[in-house]
Amino acid sequence: MQAHATVARESTSVPTGRVGVWWFLASEIAIFGGAVACYVLFRARYPDWADQAARTLGWAGAFNTAVLLTSSLSAVLAHHAAVRGEAVRASHMLRWTAVGGLVFLAVKVYEYAHEISAGLVPAQSLFWSFYYLLTGLHALHVTAGIVALLAVAASARRGHALGRVELVALYWHFVDVVWIFLFPLLYLSS
Amino acid sequence: MGDADGGHPMSGPAPTSFWRRYVFSTDHKVIAKQYLFTGVAMAFVGGLLAYVFRSQLAWPGEPVPGWGPVGLDEYNALVTLHGMIMVFWVAMPVLVAGFGNLLIPLMVGTDDMAFPRLNMLSFWIFFLSTLLVVASFFAPGGPPGTGWTLYPPLSTSGMPGAWGVDVLVLAVALEFAAFLMGGINFLTTAINKRARGMGMWDLPLFVWEEIIASIVFMLSVGPLIAGALMLLADRHFGTGFYDPRAGGDPLLFQHLFWFFGHPEVYVLLLPALGIVAEIFCAGARKTLFGYRTIVWATIVAGLLSFIVWAHHQFVAGIDPRLAAPFSLTTILISVPFSITIFALIATLWGGSIRFSLPLAWAVAMVAEFLLGGVTGIVNGSAAADIYVHDSYFVVAHFHYTLVPIALFAPLAGFYFWFPKMTGRMLDARLGLLHLVATVVFFNVTFLPQFALGMMGMHRRIANPAAFEFLREGMPLQELSTVGVIGLLVSQAPFVVNLVWSWLRGPVAGANPWRATTLDWQCPSPPPHGNFEREVVVRRGPYVYSPPGSAEDFVPQDAPDAERAGGGAVPSPLVQPAE
Repeated sequence: MQAHATVARESTSVPTGRVGVWWFLASEIAIFGGAVACYVLFRARYPDWADQAARTLGWAGAFNTAVLLTSSLSAVLAHHAAVRGEAVRASHMLRWTAVGGLVFLAVKVYEYAHEISAGLVPAQSLFWSFYYLLTGLHALHVTAGIVALLAVAASARRGHALGRVELVALYWHFVDVVWIFLFPLLYLSS
Repeated sequence: MGDADGGHPMSGPAPTSFWRRYVFSTDHKVIAKQYLFTGVAMAFVGGLLAYVFRSQLAWPGEPVPGWGPVGLDEYNALVTLHGMIMVFWVAMPVLVAGFGNLLIPLMVGTDDMAFPRLNMLSFWIFFLSTLLVVASFFAPGGPPGTGWTLYPPLSTSGMPGAWGVDVLVLAVALEFAAFLMGGINFLTTAINKRARGMGMWDLPLFVWEEIIASIVFMLSVGPLIAGALMLLADRHFGTGFYDPRAGGDPLLFQHLFWFFGHPEVYVLLLPALGIVAEIFCAGARKTLFGYRTIVWATIVAGLLSFIVWAHHQFVAGIDPRLAAPFSLTTILISVPFSITIFALIATLWGGSIRFSLPLAWAVAMVAEFLLGGVTGIVNGSAAADIYVHDSYFVVAHFHYTLVPIALFAPLAGFYFWFPKMTGRMLDARLGLLHLVATVVFFNVTFLPQFALGMMGMHRRIANPAAFEFLREGMPLQELSTVGVIGLLVSQAPFVVNLVWSWLRGPVAGANPWRATTLDWQCPSPPPHGNFEREVVVRRGPYVYSPPGSAEDFVPQDAPDAERAGGGAVPSPLVQPAE
């Protein structure tokens, strides 16, 4: 017995993919929110962490903030192109966004190498434990984001599933916003 | 998220190969069965562990028949894995994922979940986590013996080299990932795949309960995921998140654990109450009493569940000034649940009750759960809790909540929806034997534990006979163990019934309980794609016994013309179609 195949329709005016991604981001916010809240509470308990925060590479963090913000701009442009049906331009813009992510990771790796060679490893003190936990978790999300950006860019180039451009852009903005919180909390709180 | 862009038929043609149909299936009904049967299998594993450590408690030092002598570390591992398995590999897959997958698409009148491939992925990640939790028992360096709460420093520096702890944490992390994916699917399906004409207030209560449970799970589990990463870092990278010597704090883990752990109880309770509500309405031939009140009360309970966690830590060394506010919120949260239970009982009141087997199970669930709820008041107030904390009084309390939630409610649901799943009825006499035996042995197991707790029996003691003041409690220990054995044996009629009825049971038909919700308006078992025609919802979920109508129920999608009597259905639940 083969049932009548209902054509997917949406009960609300919001596309199903967007609803799914928003709930996904809600669960991500809870993960980062929990980790950041722990850090903030300890930061309030230990005022002397300011000296340790001063040892982060502020210029590298500031540069990376600019890189991520710029990459969010190209993600917005990709979405605009996808809405207008310009598949190749959307794909192009997503690739530029991924390039931004790669630059961010390269700078992050340089920072880690610099810090580890100065003896500032995760076990050095609780501040550095949190520094590596938060930035490491974020870098993991940047990496996943780059993979997703490139996958969507590849299918968008062939004109497939242009709706996903918006979804991957939403996720990328989230990764960007998390960094906007992490940068002042970890680098500037000296 | 392969199907994220939407706009095309989701279910497509039915797959023909064996593997795509029964193993790597994207059909929500197959995935539901996979979750249900994995959960049931793990329930027997968890139950056997309970048999082993309860035997050690009743007859300390004697070899347990079928197992052998129980060492002290082994005892800790048995207790740890019993708790972990029963909460995360029985209650979660059965109540949330199993029934959620089976019922949400059927109840909202659609062909499948919003993201079928994500749904399949979530089951297989869950299945991998199941293998891992079993493997943790055989891990090099010893199985995890930390208790299901994984408190540091025992879980960090206390069990060095015990890979069981790492395997267990990894298993739990994968399980969380699976249920986050499941929750996203449930929410998106309930929000965006409702049948034409179905507003949010036309959803059956079960769907509402799953929605709220999914949101509570999603928002409470995140901090613990971060906490688990810190735990693994403390174990392997020399950090000191939970180590005071490094400036960390072991209490931090307790806060993160219970910020999730307490809402988790409600994540399990809500679907259980949803199952009971569906069965009560069909059994009493009456509309659900206070439908919107229950939904709002549940939303309030969901919000309150985020600010009660520290009642697990009254003796852990938290600031004593925190005890009063957390006592207050804990006792406050019993109000919305009292409203829900009251509304459920009021649904039966004055109904034209058909005392079917599922209804009997559902009534047993409410009756036993009340005992758990009432004893919770004792634990919730800090002054009383300090006396009974960590004793068998607490053990008895949470088993009086969780066994009704994770055993009685799913079994009620199983007896109710088995005809929908398989197209056949379960045998009612075997089911009644199963119910009576389960109720008797459940109480024989756990009632003595209240008394043992008041006597001072601490929950981590492996050999009560070693303590002078606990020796007088040994007969109660033996009684409780006899209860566990009886409880396990009592499940035999169920297994027999399951196998026999699936093969030979009487054919059920689409709607054996004459119920109104959409899950009963499609064939049993539903074909791939579920509904034979597009569903249009015309009224609320529980229009039973409308005056002037020939039939005592009106399905949600029945066209007005087909309904005997005609005219508007005088029910407060009827919503104008959007």
